[in-house]
Amino acid sequence: MPTAPPAAEARPVPHPSGDKRFKLLEVAMKKHQFRPDALIEVLHAAQQLFGYLELDLLLFVARHLKLPPSRVYGVATFYHFFALKPRGRHTCVVCTGTACYVKGADGLLAALRREAGVGPGETTPDDNLSVLTARCIGACGIAPAVVLDGTVKGHVTADALAAEMKGWVPGGTG
Amino acid sequence: MELADLAAIAEKERAARPPVEVRCCTAAGCASAQADKVLDGLKKAAADAGLDGKVRAVSVGCLRLCSRGPLVQVDPDGTLYANVTPEAAPSVIAGLAGGPVAAERLDPAGPFFAGQASVVLENSGRVEPERVESYIAADGYKALYKAVREMTPAEVVEAVTRSGLRGRGGAGYPTGVKWATVAKNPGDRKYVVCNADEGDPGAFMNRSVLESDPHKVLEGMAIAGYAVGANQGYVYVRGEYPLAIDRLTTAIKQAGKLGLLGTHVFGTPFDFRVDIRIGAGAFVCGEETALMASIMGGRGTPTPRPPYPAEKGLWGMPTLLNNVETFANVPRIIRDGPEWFAGIGTEKSKGTKVFCLTGKVANTGLVEVPLGTPLRTIVEGIGGGAQGGAIKAVQTGGPSGGCIPAELLDTPVDYESLGKIGSIMGSGGMIVMDGASDMVDVARYFMEFCMDESCGKCVPCRAGTVQLHRLLTRIVDGAAGPDDMARLESLCHMVKDTSLCGLGQTAPNPTLSTLRYFRKEYEAKLRTDRRVHLPVYTPTVNGTPARRTP
Repeated sequence: MPTAPPAAEARPVPHPSGDKRFKLLEVAMKKHQFRPDALIEVLHAAQQLFGYLELDLLLFVARHLKLPPSRVYGVATFYHFFALKPRGRHTCVVCTGTACYVKGADGLLAALRREAGVGPGETTPDDNLSVLTARCIGACGIAPAVVLDGTVKGHVTADALAAEMKGWVPGGTG
Repeated sequence: MELADLAAIAEKERAARPPVEVRCCTAAGCASAQADKVLDGLKKAAADAGLDGKVRAVSVGCLRLCSRGPLVQVDPDGTLYANVTPEAAPSVIAGLAGGPVAAERLDPAGPFFAGQASVVLENSGRVEPERVESYIAADGYKALYKAVREMTPAEVVEAVTRSGLRGRGGAGYPTGVKWATVAKNPGDRKYVVCNADEGDPGAFMNRSVLESDPHKVLEGMAIAGYAVGANQGYVYVRGEYPLAIDRLTTAIKQAGKLGLLGTHVFGTPFDFRVDIRIGAGAFVCGEETALMASIMGGRGTPTPRPPYPAEKGLWGMPTLLNNVETFANVPRIIRDGPEWFAGIGTEKSKGTKVFCLTGKVANTGLVEVPLGTPLRTIVEGIGGGAQGGAIKAVQTGGPSGGCIPAELLDTPVDYESLGKIGSIMGSGGMIVMDGASDMVDVARYFMEFCMDESCGKCVPCRAGTVQLHRLLTRIVDGAAGPDDMARLESLCHMVKDTSLCGLGQTAPNPTLSTLRYFRKEYEAKLRTDRRVHLPVYTPTVNGTPARRTP
């Protein structure tokens, strides 16, 4: 009588590229015991490692958490935090919360458009700067606020922001 | 861990405290103004001056006047310095001996500070948020001990009910009733969830509480866990608050090490674990059913209620969901008794509320006042009035709230009174606007927010907010006529009445409240001629405007 093949769960194969970051991502997933409900935590980890979520990366996550790719894609596109495209070398996040709005956040966005030639959600053609907006970074006491490469700056004026941009964009508008 | 051990830690901590403590706020507002460097400067200056053992510089949470940071307070005399630069830090230490200080000195008895209460923020700016010992020295975890060792779960629920505490997330549902419902619903497992997904733009109370006093929230959650029979807690924090996440993670680790969380809390059979879930930037996740969907790793789309989370929540189990500030009130209620708490506030709204006073006001920052305090006291007394010019309106409740005109500033701030005038208490954002703000544009701003943040599950919200935004844009641009106004109003009511969750149901509120109080501004923008303005249609060929053949 033929014996049934061993029903052991096939371990998901490592990523063929041999990129070490996939190994680190697997460690992060293991920490959550590959539970499907840890998807958002895993995507956070993936974005931290890779900077953005490529389709190939989403498939890798889907396979390991035993989730349909549609579910992973659905979650990744639902939340603003996850970027499916690479960002520029520098990021400038302009807070558009109510306090910043009242204190002139639109002036800052106009200054950025003037200096860098890009608007919210766009990246300069040389991939040096991405301009983003945030709904509220909770720094309302020091409005208007921007986040330059992860550092929060408060009481920002359009001129001060333009001065900060000097090193990041080639002089004048793009 | 026994009460004696807790007392021993507190005693050791107090004994180690030098006569003078220089406290530097390192919460997010001050941190962005180089508070870390100021703290280093203070530490170095104290060491250089040979004051080890006499003076200690410590990192504390929010000292409230965020717009003037970094703030440094000297304990015990309470001297407060604002706008302290890293260069001025040595002079603060020199100032202890009477030298001149190169920083602005604030009066701690001034109107901004004197008009405030301290219940939720009692430890904010006093304890070191990154050291559990410091919290224990401020009577921390005594309430948890009292709850698990001296009270039955039913007694804890009863105490919270009697205190009259209501949900601080904005809706104001009685906390005790919610706890009792979760406690009586059967389930193999139950969960306690702390909603720290503070999405309202212009509000940062929860961030401040988590950054300044994370253990207080954990203690409140553990008490709640004991009361309702839950062994697992989740804190759902916004991804935009990295410092709050860091400090909360540290706090959970430290509390676990001391046996204040984890298995056998205070040597009893009660287990309570807390895990952090980090949000990924979706406003709708502040809605309870969407938040739970997000904790379970899905898209943050709400589901119809009932069933309420108290019956069927996380993984179908009874789940208690409260706001950060609600949990932060609990330890004090257990420690000092529900009667003490019920003595603060008004008949129907007990206790205090933390607000973020921002916008065009002289003093911006964190404000805690007893409920029932008139809005005028907060904005003009504590806030110091508008910066040059008169106050036009105060916006409360974020995109779900409304704009309160200057003539209604004498309204007491409590759940009922704000509801009556078409706004809501909300989670605590309070944005002051002066004559420079165009109220129709304000309405459009909030509608744009709701339009972007709508999850897209139900049609009234998904399509309605887009149409409302278009109508408001037409009015702002001066292209709308009286018929557009009528359409705007009827659509507002339709979206309000038929949306699935709180986001859609409250999205028209800023528009409706500005229509109610500032209708003249809308009408002034309407076109007067009777010609129908239709968008100009330009035929295109391959994306370029088609040229008419001659």
